[in-house]
Amino acid sequence: MTLVTKFLGASAALALSAGAALADPAIIFDLGGKFDKSFNEAAFGGATRWAEETGGSFAEFEITSDAQREQAIRRFAEDGNNPIVMAGFSWATPLAAVAPEYPDLKFSIIDMVVDAPNVQSVVFNEHEGSYLVGMLAAMASEDGTVGFIGGMDIPLIRKFACGYAQGALAVNPDATVIANMTGTTPAAWNDPVKGSELTLAQISQGADVIYAAAGGTGVGVLQTAADQGVYSIGVDSNQNYMHPGSVLTSMMKRVDNAVYDAFTAGADLEAGFNVMGLSNGGVGYALDEYNAELITDEMKAAVEAASAQIASGELVVHDYMSDETCPVLDF
Amino acid sequence: MQKMPNWADVVLVPVLSLVLAAIISAIVILAIGHNPIDALGIMVKGALGNSANVSYTLYYATNFIFTGLAVAVAYHARMFNIGGEGQAYIGGLGAALACLYIPWPHWTLALIGGGVAAAVFGAAWAAIPAYLQAKRGSHIVITTIMFNYMAYPLLNFLLNGPIKAGGMEPATPSFAEAMHLPNLSAILGAVGISFSDRGPANFALIIALLACVFVWALIWKTKLGYETRAFGESESAAKYAGIKPTKIIMIAMLISGGLAGMMAINNVMGEAERLVLNAVEGAGFIGIAVALMGRNHPVGILIAAILFGILYQGGAELSAELRIPREMVTVIQALVILFTGALDNMVRMPIEKLFVAFGRKGAN
Repeated sequence: MTLVTKFLGASAALALSAGAALADPAIIFDLGGKFDKSFNEAAFGGATRWAEETGGSFAEFEITSDAQREQAIRRFAEDGNNPIVMAGFSWATPLAAVAPEYPDLKFSIIDMVVDAPNVQSVVFNEHEGSYLVGMLAAMASEDGTVGFIGGMDIPLIRKFACGYAQGALAVNPDATVIANMTGTTPAAWNDPVKGSELTLAQISQGADVIYAAAGGTGVGVLQTAADQGVYSIGVDSNQNYMHPGSVLTSMMKRVDNAVYDAFTAGADLEAGFNVMGLSNGGVGYALDEYNAELITDEMKAAVEAASAQIASGELVVHDYMSDETCPVLDF
Repeated sequence: MQKMPNWADVVLVPVLSLVLAAIISAIVILAIGHNPIDALGIMVKGALGNSANVSYTLYYATNFIFTGLAVAVAYHARMFNIGGEGQAYIGGLGAALACLYIPWPHWTLALIGGGVAAAVFGAAWAAIPAYLQAKRGSHIVITTIMFNYMAYPLLNFLLNGPIKAGGMEPATPSFAEAMHLPNLSAILGAVGISFSDRGPANFALIIALLACVFVWALIWKTKLGYETRAFGESESAAKYAGIKPTKIIMIAMLISGGLAGMMAINNVMGEAERLVLNAVEGAGFIGIAVALMGRNHPVGILIAAILFGILYQGGAELSAELRIPREMVTVIQALVILFTGALDNMVRMPIEKLFVAFGRKGAN
């Protein structure tokens, strides 16, 4: 019976998509795939949320090789999908090549900048959000040693680490920040076992708050931190619920909002530079019932004050990617 | 005992294997709620429907021809080279270094220079496992696969440091404009055939076809090829006939590694025009299936490579069109590899028996 329903449902969905309007938006995921429990999945979540709220439908594609990038963009462009959103910095080169061929369509690229009149480039101020959770980490730490575990060692992740270290040192100038990267390949995004090992290593060096900016690897970090009785900090999505009482907070990078906003804007998507920072809710720290007891009013006040200063431009957090150096942390 | 005729060996067995794979795939597609006939239509149309799609199919096929030939040459000496992946990756490094640091004035020179560098690097990566096999008896399967795992971190290191372009991507800078190989559309345009320039197929396809001819001539028309086959059939008989095992193993593996490395002409010099992380994307392993299905003969490899090109390109279209997860497409590709490669004997043996039975009847 259930199988029959599934079949009927599937064929109904097929019939619907066949008659879908041409202007459906499209999203293309990066090599990690849409179920990577991290960046791509957040983008997929934003697209799904849009579809659920509007009842609309969207086209999607997961590439399996680098050679497919231009092909995937062209494919959706030929079908008239508008706008076409792509998640990940690797899309910059192919998008720069393809976008001028379809001046009537709108494109949106997340995490990278492509300078074309019909492309919206969405970048996040991850260093600002990381600064705030760095402050929280230093305030929660008892011995002044905090840890950072990154995924793949790329400038973007160093940007997280550098912002985090600046925040921690702003609260406690004597704080020690230990930073480790899981690896140098995309596999580093999904290696919870290695994440767990790195967590144990950092705990043995005295770290009692550990921030994981490592995609699926972070699951191992959070689990081990909970098992060992230290605090952890989640990333991208709100991961506070995963280990209540152990996850201090989460640095939220609202990739889902970026996709949702682009889909909502539809063909009217505004081209240009779109910086998602503290001032417009693109990044932030998560506060909910799972960590309410961990964040004291004093901590909250300090972070809110810094947040307001950053948003107003009074306090500038150094962005690692602006010059590929970090004044407070060596890699 | 009478064996089955040649046509059955070359045509009937692979076709039956494919049909079996297609039936299982159809059941899989049916189980996830799609019509298998429609899915087949989308795959064929996606792979061959227009010239841009054909270009993608041929691009993948070009990769598989190189890696398939690499496996075949080694196999004729009964060396199972499953290090094509690493050899092609290192070949890519050779091609990239040649194109980045030598200012070739024209693409024809870059093709020769980059191609030779790719072949030399690929051959060098195969040389150590070959030497260990020839002199120390270390099993070639183990050593070649180990060398894959040494190629990955080496390229990781280089692409994240010494030869990395600025920015976030672990990749080298793009090669100079003058070194870009002509697209297939430019080549076919020169002889008056209009072909889309939106696909990645390029001049490397012609090199791949030449490589097929080279391998055919090498294996069946030269003394070295004869020695290689003799050694492959029986090492002790070959030794008795004065053939030196060390020499045959080394030469067969060097040619094999060189062919795998030359895949870089297609994916690095022809398509990406720079070296990116994980540039080979499994083509080295697909080469094993291509060689098995093509019975280690260049003609068979050419056909099998095009078939796998169709599977790759059509599979991508299938996942985009029906929004089925890409993992399902991998399942379908894996079924084809399973039936045509690994389970080859499952089809072959009954058919062989059938032919023997009928052959006896005819003789009576």
